Amino acid sequence: MSHHIVQADNLHHTYSDGTVGINDISFKITHGESVALVGANGAGKSTLLLHLNGCLMATEGEIRIGDYPLNKINLKAVRRSVGMVFQDPDDQLFMPTVFDDIAFGPINLGLPDDQVAQRVADALETVGAPHLIHRQSYRLSGGEKRAVAIATILATSPDILVLDEPTANLDPVSRRRLIKLLKTFKHTKIIATHDLDMALDVCERTIVMHKGKITADRPTQDIFSDDDLLVRSGLERPLRMQGFQMIPLKKIKCP
Amino acid sequence: MHMADALISPAVGGTMWVATAGLIGYCSKKIKEEMDDRKIPLMGVLGAFIFAAQMINFTIPATGSSGHLGGGMILAILLGPHAAFLTMASVLTVQALFFADGGLLALGCNIFNLGFFPCFIAYPLIYKFIVKDRLTSKTLTFGAIISAIVGLQMGAFFVVLETVFSGISELPFATFVMLIQPIHLAIGLVEGMATAAVILFVWKSRPEILQSSIASQTGSEKSIRNVLVGFVVATVVVGGALSWFASAHPDGLEWAMFKTAGVEELEAPEKGVHTSLAALQEKTAFLPDYGFKKTGIHDSKEFGESWPAVDPGTSVSGLVGGILTLCLAIFIGFIMKKWKSAHV
Amino acid sequence: MTTIENSLFDIRHMDTLASGHSRLHKIDPRAKLITTMIFICMVVSLGKYDISRMMPFVIYPLAMIIAADLPVLYLFKKILVVAPFAILVGMFNPLMDTQPLVQIGGFSISGGWISFVSILLRFGLTVSAALILICLTGFNGVCLALEKLKVPGPFVIQLLFLYRYLFVLIEEASRMIRARSLRAFDSKGLPFSVFVRLLGQLLLRTLDRAQRIHLAMCCRGFDGHIRISRPMIFGYREIRFTFSWSLFFVLARCYHLPMKIGSVIEGYFL
Repeated sequence: MSHHIVQADNLHHTYSDGTVGINDISFKITHGESVALVGANGAGKSTLLLHLNGCLMATEGEIRIGDYPLNKINLKAVRRSVGMVFQDPDDQLFMPTVFDDIAFGPINLGLPDDQVAQRVADALETVGAPHLIHRQSYRLSGGEKRAVAIATILATSPDILVLDEPTANLDPVSRRRLIKLLKTFKHTKIIATHDLDMALDVCERTIVMHKGKITADRPTQDIFSDDDLLVRSGLERPLRMQGFQMIPLKKIKCP
Repeated sequence: MHMADALISPAVGGTMWVATAGLIGYCSKKIKEEMDDRKIPLMGVLGAFIFAAQMINFTIPATGSSGHLGGGMILAILLGPHAAFLTMASVLTVQALFFADGGLLALGCNIFNLGFFPCFIAYPLIYKFIVKDRLTSKTLTFGAIISAIVGLQMGAFFVVLETVFSGISELPFATFVMLIQPIHLAIGLVEGMATAAVILFVWKSRPEILQSSIASQTGSEKSIRNVLVGFVVATVVVGGALSWFASAHPDGLEWAMFKTAGVEELEAPEKGVHTSLAALQEKTAFLPDYGFKKTGIHDSKEFGESWPAVDPGTSVSGLVGGILTLCLAIFIGFIMKKWKSAHV
Repeated sequence: MTTIENSLFDIRHMDTLASGHSRLHKIDPRAKLITTMIFICMVVSLGKYDISRMMPFVIYPLAMIIAADLPVLYLFKKILVVAPFAILVGMFNPLMDTQPLVQIGGFSISGGWISFVSILLRFGLTVSAALILICLTGFNGVCLALEKLKVPGPFVIQLLFLYRYLFVLIEEASRMIRARSLRAFDSKGLPFSVFVRLLGQLLLRTLDRAQRIHLAMCCRGFDGHIRISRPMIFGYREIRFTFSWSLFFVLARCYHLPMKIGSVIEGYFL
C-alpha cells in the first residue's frame, strides 16, 4: 500500500546559524517495517525525525509520505498519517487530564463526542493504562506519562509511528512493557534510540547516522555485528552482544 | 501590594471587577483575532515561569534585604500588552485561590492594579517610547526601570484609593500614600533592575527572541489607544456622576456618618438604596478634599445626638446573640461530626 | 525544604483534597463557585463595626469542612500565614478611631478596636471560603465552571495551561536552585547576578519548551482552537445547594440574627 511508504531523497537541512543538521539523506521505508535510527549524540537523528511530519522543513531535497511529497499544503493530511512521540512527555501532555490529552487529536479531526470517547478508551486499553483516564497529567509517573503520550498518538489512528528515545528514563519493568507494546504494533515504526538492545528486540532494520549523514542502512543483526562501523559511528554493540561470560559462583576463588 | 477581601467594600470590589472583567473580555477577543496560535502555549508556560520566578528571592545589592520579581514588565515585553494582561491575571487568580493572596472579591482590584498599569500604561507609553526600535543595553535598562517604577507607583496608588474608598480600614489617605509610595518606589527600582537584567540576558543569548516579539506586536498600538481612551472616559464619567451626586445631595455627610457607624436604624425599607447611595456619598466626599476622613470624625463630635452613640441595650443583645450564635455553630458542627463518624 | 518546594507540596496537597469522594465533592463546580461568591459578597458587605452579625456566617465554612472531611488545622495554618497583611493595615483602626462605641460593664471599647476585630473576622471568613472552594472543587473544576459560566475561552485555556505547567516549572526552578546552592559555600542567599543568570536560563528553557509544546499540538492537528468536552450537570441537587445557602447568607446579611436570638434570651431571663 503506497500510502505507508516513507521516502527521503537527498534531504538537507541547515539551521539559521549555519550549522548543518542533516546532509544528503536518502532512504525508503515500506509499509509495516520497523526501523531503528541510531547514532552518537549530535548525529542528526532528532533533526531527521522532525522532518518526517513537517515540524522542520528541508532546505534541500524532498520527503514523500505515501503519495504526498511533504509541503505546506498537505501538512495536515501528513500529520494525520504520521504520529510522532517526542522525547519529553511533558511537552506532549498539555491538557488538564489524560482524557483531554488523548481526546485532543480526535476532537481536532472533527469526530463526534461518542467516537472521541471510544477512541480514548481504545487507545488507553492498547497501552495498558485504562485506569489513568481521569488522572491529571502532572501526577503521572515517567512510565505512565510515556504510555499516555503514545496513547495520544494512537487515538488518531496513524499509519506511521515515529518515536524519539521512547525508552529513555524508564525503569526496567516499564521499559520491558513498552518493548512488548511496540512489538504488537503493525504500523510502520521509525524509532530513534540509544537503547541498542531495544533496537535489537523491536526493529529488523537499522539506519546508522554520523555527523548528519547516513553511514549504514542494513538489517539490525548485521549492523550490530560490524564492530568497525560501530566504532566509526561512535557506538558499541548492544549489551547482550558484548560477550559477557557469567562466571559460576563456585569457580570464584576466595582469599 | 495586594488588596484583601477583608479591607474591601462590595461597591469598590464590584466596580473593579467590572473593569477587570471588561479588560479580560477585550484581551481575549484580541488574542482570538490575532490568530497566532503559538501564543497559547507560550502564555501558559510564561505564566508558570513568572509564578515560579516570584518564589525565588535574591539579595538586593548594597542593602542585604531580599526581593523578588513581579513579572508584569517581562510579560509585556515578551508577549505584548493583551497576552501579558491575561497571563498576569491568570497568575494572580491561581495565587488568590491557592495561597489566599488577597481574596476572590479583591482579585478584580489586584488584576487591575498589577496588570493594567504595567501592560497598558507603563509598557506602551514608557518602555516602547524609550526603546522604540533602538535595542541597546542602555535603552533596554532605562526603559525597563522607568516603566517598572511608574507601573508600580500607579498600582500602589490605586491600592490606596481602593482601600480608602472602601471605608473599612481607618488608615487615612495621606498616611497611607506617604507609607506606600516610597516603599513601592524602592520595589519598582528593584523590579526594573531585575527585569532589565533578565531581558538583557535573553537578548544577548538569543537576540531573535526579542526581535520576533517586537515584530508580533506591531499593529497593536490602535487597540492600546482604545483601552486608554476607555479608561480616561470611564474616569471622567464616574468622577462627573459622583460630583453631580455631591452637589444634588448636600446632606451626604450625614449619610456617610450613618454608614460608618453601622447603626440598626439603617434597617429601613429603602435600606438597599440608602446604603449604596451612602457609599457613593462617601466617595464623593473624598474627591474635593483628601483629608475628609479625619474631618468626618471631628464633625461627628459636633453633631452630638445625631452621632450614632450605640444604645447600650442594643449592643448587649447583639453581643449575647453573637456569642450564642457562635456556640450554636460550633455545637452544630460537633453534632455533624459525631453523626458522620457514627454513620461511616 | 525551600519555599518553592513547599508551595509545590501545598498545591499538590490541596489538589489531592479536591479528589475526595464526599457528597460535596460530587456537586457541580458551578454551584460551589456561585455559592462561594455570594458568601464573600455578603460578608464583605457587612458594616464596618459588625462583629456579632458575622457569626452566622461561620456556619458555612464549618459545615463544609466537616461534611467533606477537610483538614481543619491545615486550613487554619494557611489562613494564619496570610494574616499579617490584614493585621498590618487593620492595626491603624484602633489608633485612628478612638471614639468609644460599646460599653460593657465598666469598660468602653473604641470603634477602632471593633472595626479591627471585624476586619480579622472578615478576613478569616473570606479566605476560608476561597480555600474551601479549591479543596472541594480543584482548580480544573473551577476553570471548567468558569467556562460554562461564559468566561472568555482564551482566559480559561490560559488558566488551565498555567496550572498544567506550574509543576513542571516549579520543579525545574527548584532543581536549578538546589544545584546552585550545593556549589555555593558562602550561603548568604542568592546574589543578584546569580539570580539573573538562573532566571535567564530558566526563561530560555521555558521559551524552548513553549516551542516544543506548540509543535506537539500541531502534530495532533491543532488549528488555534482548544475544545474541551466535559459533560456537566446542574441538577436538582445543585439548585438545592446553591439556593438554600444563598438564602441563608442573604437572611443573615439583612437581619441581625444573633441580635434576635440575644433579645429572645434577654426577654426570657431578664
